[in-house]
Order: sequence, then C-alpha cells, then structure tokens
Amino acid sequence: MEKLNILQSTCIPLPLENVDTDQIIPARFLKATSKEGFGDNLFRDWRYDKQGNPNPDFVLNNPIYKGQILVAGKNFGSGSSREHAAWAIAGYGFRVVVSSFFADIFKNNAMNNGVLPVVVSDDFLAEVFAAVKQNPAMTLTVNLEKQTITNDLTGREETFAINSYKKECFLNGFDDIDYLLSKKGKIEEYEQSRIRF
Amino acid sequence: MENNRQNGKVGQQQPLTLFEKIWNAHVVTEVPDGPTQLYIDRMYCHEVTSPQAFAGLRTRGLKVFRPAQITCMPDHNIPTLDQDKPIRDEISRNQVDTLDRNAKEYGVNYYPMGHPKNGIIHVVGPENGLSLPGMTMVCGDSHTSTHGAVGAVAFGIGTSEVEMVLATQCIFQSKPKTMRISVNGRLGKGVTAKDMALYIISKMTTGGATGYFVEYAGSAVRALSMEGRLTLCNLSIEMGARGGMVAPDETTFAYLKGREYAPKGDAWEKALAYWQTLPTDEGAVFDKEIVFDAADIEPMVTYGTNPGMGMGIDGHIPALESVDVAGRISYQKSLDYMGFQPGEQLVGKKIDYVFLGSCTNGRIEDFRLFANYVKGKRKADHVVAWLVPGSWAVDRQIREEGLDKILLDAGFELRQPGCSACLAMNDDKVPAGKYAVSTSNRNFEGRQGPGARTILAGPLVAAAAAIAGKITDPRTNI
Repeated sequence: MEKLNILQSTCIPLPLENVDTDQIIPARFLKATSKEGFGDNLFRDWRYDKQGNPNPDFVLNNPIYKGQILVAGKNFGSGSSREHAAWAIAGYGFRVVVSSFFADIFKNNAMNNGVLPVVVSDDFLAEVFAAVKQNPAMTLTVNLEKQTITNDLTGREETFAINSYKKECFLNGFDDIDYLLSKKGKIEEYEQSRIRF
Repeated sequence: MENNRQNGKVGQQQPLTLFEKIWNAHVVTEVPDGPTQLYIDRMYCHEVTSPQAFAGLRTRGLKVFRPAQITCMPDHNIPTLDQDKPIRDEISRNQVDTLDRNAKEYGVNYYPMGHPKNGIIHVVGPENGLSLPGMTMVCGDSHTSTHGAVGAVAFGIGTSEVEMVLATQCIFQSKPKTMRISVNGRLGKGVTAKDMALYIISKMTTGGATGYFVEYAGSAVRALSMEGRLTLCNLSIEMGARGGMVAPDETTFAYLKGREYAPKGDAWEKALAYWQTLPTDEGAVFDKEIVFDAADIEPMVTYGTNPGMGMGIDGHIPALESVDVAGRISYQKSLDYMGFQPGEQLVGKKIDYVFLGSCTNGRIEDFRLFANYVKGKRKADHVVAWLVPGSWAVDRQIREEGLDKILLDAGFELRQPGCSACLAMNDDKVPAGKYAVSTSNRNFEGRQGPGARTILAGPLVAAAAAIAGKITDPRTNI
C-alpha cells in the first residue's frame, strides 16, 4: 500500500447522495481477474453514453475539474461489497474521498487500497460543493497525522476520525494481511479452544 | 469451550445480545484503539470477488490456511440455459475457469457449474447445513447477511479481506453497534417476508442501519419460516446494516436437522444445547431499538433506484418537497431514470419483464407462492418471465412437488440456477427502458442491464404482475 500523510489537491465534486457501487463500477465490468484497469470504467454509465462517447455533462469529463480528491454526497459506496469499486477509484487516481457518510464495506475496501475516506459534517460538505462550483481551482488539504481537513479557500478546518491502527497503516504503507500473518501463533492457540460443530 | 466466551469475568452475569455472544466467542486478539481480529468459521467464495485474493496468495507464496472451512462455487456469471455447454461469453468463462483452477489448486470445497450442489452461494449454504447457528461466516458478497437467519454472524467483505481469510482464517473488524428491529403482530394475507423487509428498509432508508448489526425479533419474525427469515436477513445490507440475524429456535433446528453438513447424533445434541444458549438474554441492551407493527405492512413495490424507495402497492410516489433539500437532485434523477412522476400510483402500470429468483427470493417457498398464484391462470403474452431457482436442490424440489407442471400450464418455463438477472452478469439482461418486476434485492440504475428499470417486489406481486401484465395487488386474487 502506498503511504499517505499530507495531501493538498483540487477536487472533483459529485453532489449526489447514495452513490452505490453499481454506479461506481457496473457489474458487467467485474469480470477481470486482476486489480488493474478498473479506473477506465469508473462511473461508466454516467461517464459515457451507450456508444461509448464521453458524456459532456458528467463531472469527470469536465476539464475544469481535476485532482486526487473526490467529494461526494451522503452515503457514498452503498450496495454491493465489490472491492472493484475501490480499485476503480484508486485506479482513476483518487487518494481521498470526502463525504458526510460512507457505507461500511466500501469504507473498509477503500482503506485496504490506500484510499482514505474522510467523513466531514453536512455543513462542511455543502460549503465545499458551493466553493468548488464557484472556484474549481480551490484546494482541500488533508493532514492525516493531525487528522484534519481544510477548505483552503475559506480556511475552515475540521477534524476527522480514524482508528490509530489504520492511521499507522496509511502513514507507513502497511497492509492488514502482514499483521495477521504475524499472529499465526495466536490463531492456532485460539483454534485449540474454539467451539466446533 | 469457556475460554472463548469473553463475556467478562466469572461471576459477572452481564446480559448479552445474540450478536455479542457470537462475536465474543470469536475474538482472537484486540488491537489497542484498533479493530478486532475475528476468527471466521466458514468462508464462501464465488468467481467474481475471489480471483484477486487467490492471486495475492500466490504472489505471497502462501497456502490456504484452513481449506476445509472454505466453500467455493460459481454463481454470478453462469448462464441459466445450456449449463452443460461451455459459457459463450469469453470473459465470463475465464472468470469461472479461474475459480475452477484456484479451487482445485488450493484444495478447498468446490461445487462447479452443473454440480448437483451448485447454485447461489446464499441459497446453497443454508440448504446443505453448512451455515449453522453460532458461526461467523463471510463471503466477498454483501448479501452474506442472508446466513444470519440461522442465528449466526454473517457479513460481506471485500477481496482484500477474502485474501486475509484464505491466509489466516481471520479478518480485522471494528465491532459494530447493535440494533434490534422488532416486528410484532401478524402479517396480513398476501404479505410476505420480502414485503416485511422492503417495508423496514423504506422506513429505515438505504443508509439508516449503517454501522449496526441488526437482530430481527418480535412475533411476526418468529412466525416466519426459515426461508422467510433468510429473505429478511438477506436484505439487511440494503439499509446499510453490517448484517442481520434471527435467534435460533425450533424453526431453525427443525430446518437444519438432517441436512448434510449439520452435526449428527451426539454432536447434534451437543450443538443444540449450545445453540439454545445463544438467544439474547433478558435485559440485554441494544444501541438502538426499533419496533414495527406487522399489521401496517402491505405488499410492497419500489418506485426509485435504491431499495429504500419503496411503498405499499396502493401508495403514491412521494412529492419532491417531502425529501431533504440535499437529496432532491438525487431523488429527481432517480424518478427520471424510472420514468415516474411524484404523486403517481404504480398500480395498473404496464410492465415488460418478471424475474423470480436470486439469493433473496430463489427458494422453494418463493416458487410455491408464485406457482400457487398462477395456477390455472395464463401469463400475459407481452411479459417475458424468467423463473430461476436459487440452486439445483431447489430445482429438484420444484419438480418433486410438481410445481414445474403448474408453471408450464400457466405459460412459464424454469431456467437453470444462478444469480441471473439480479445483476445481469450473464445474458439475462433487461433491455434499456423496459420495466421489470423483480424479486431480487437491488433496483440501482443499470443493475439488471444498462437502462433497465427495476421494480422490486415479493414473489406474489411478481406473480400478479406476470399474469396481469401490469402492477397488480395480489390480494385481490388469493
């Protein structure tokens, strides 16, 4: 996993609520057996028309918006557990997703792929949407060490929550699996006494 | 056995919930200010969310740690016709073949396409007694919550987590909060478990249970058959819940007894004695309690593009003004996609497709309800109906009970088991702009095919729609 600490970036606004993982990456694109290439089909059915031409009204096709931070409406990533959604977001080049609420499984999947979900207040979110609409060049700064996110245009700062274990993983680029493998002894010990059927 | 019941010190009889009892018995270690390392009794794998996990194992040079506790089967991509022939779609075939190779190489339990035990994982697990009370179960699939119906902790995970379980039989999880949803009283005539679930989700909203593990309780839940409970728990994720569960009781035990992988003889008695200790203790505290009255539940339909956008079949689509300001763009987008207007009723709307099946409603009871409704009637000519049993075992039982003949006489044919039109990864795609009344679990944009318009409903509403060719209240005909 790639390390992450401080990221200052312009952002791409997607002010829709309940964006589900079927929209992030439709099921027909889940047939690959590797993790690569999903970024090309991120938001496929909103991003391209039936003939495969870019839909000019969709934000990813609007050249004035770019950056490594996706800002989305409430309840982002609901629905299917497909990690392909996180691979698509990471594959497109996002390192941070900002929303006022994330679906559980998506949140775990994002963190397991070096994409940091940052939960902000509804108010902070609304302000970012308004600010970026007025000034697409505005930036957000995410500081993981301090657990803060700043709207650099207004100077408004909020803190966000992350457990210290996951924070360490991001700061150092560690995977869960390395940690679990180091606990094999504990697992075997547990198995000796577990309830079996 | 007692070693794992980290229920507090001896002598402290703190009342616990069903969820807490099972969770506590599976804690291996706790990371300070971090997640819990949780032991997983059983993992199910399908072809879509496992290839990258096996590839990861290979890259790291690891074996599967406990292959006997892993069961794999392809279900998402497989066609529902001609399963004896190779899959025509090359990339679907490659994904199924990849699972085939991985399962054989790593020595895990495996039911390939066409195997008598193949079917949708969430139908196959319970029906073979692989899913048992008190277990922790995971799968790279959000509808893993289904297995909670037997009184277990079961939830969907991502592919990185599938790899963790393959390698260590453990995952990291933050302990969710607990919620009890009680449905009291009796369901009305023509109201099914699916309607109960869609009703609950419409009240809770699509993210309303995020962060919680839900226990369903109350007399209306107790009265559900095992199939009904599986349907109810299956849809827990559609309100964001980590999982859903029903305490094991006589219905559970009667369902499981004698199933292939359920304990036998003395082991059964021993297991039973343990399972009977699992139900939530009197006085146990949930982080949230919600109570509904079964009498308020009607046959349900959805009108939008998330499962929380549901209403009683006679209802009117809510006005835009009834939605939060921040959500209005999404709401309008959703109705535009469906081709519906606020204030409109769905009864009488012409529909094009009917899908009976999926891990939500692909069990024998669903086929009985559907067949019973259409008996002696005829399918509307313009309706394309896909009836897809959830597993080969369901298919066999349909035939043993003679339901296939009733269905055939009414103009319906059975297809072969698989996930099918629920997510349209195979050829079963609803064309753009067409309306499908579907017994599956998601009405997301494009879920049943690009541009497809999905109206979620239970098997009776689906049967009524297939006969009338339009949205119809099934209660007028039973």
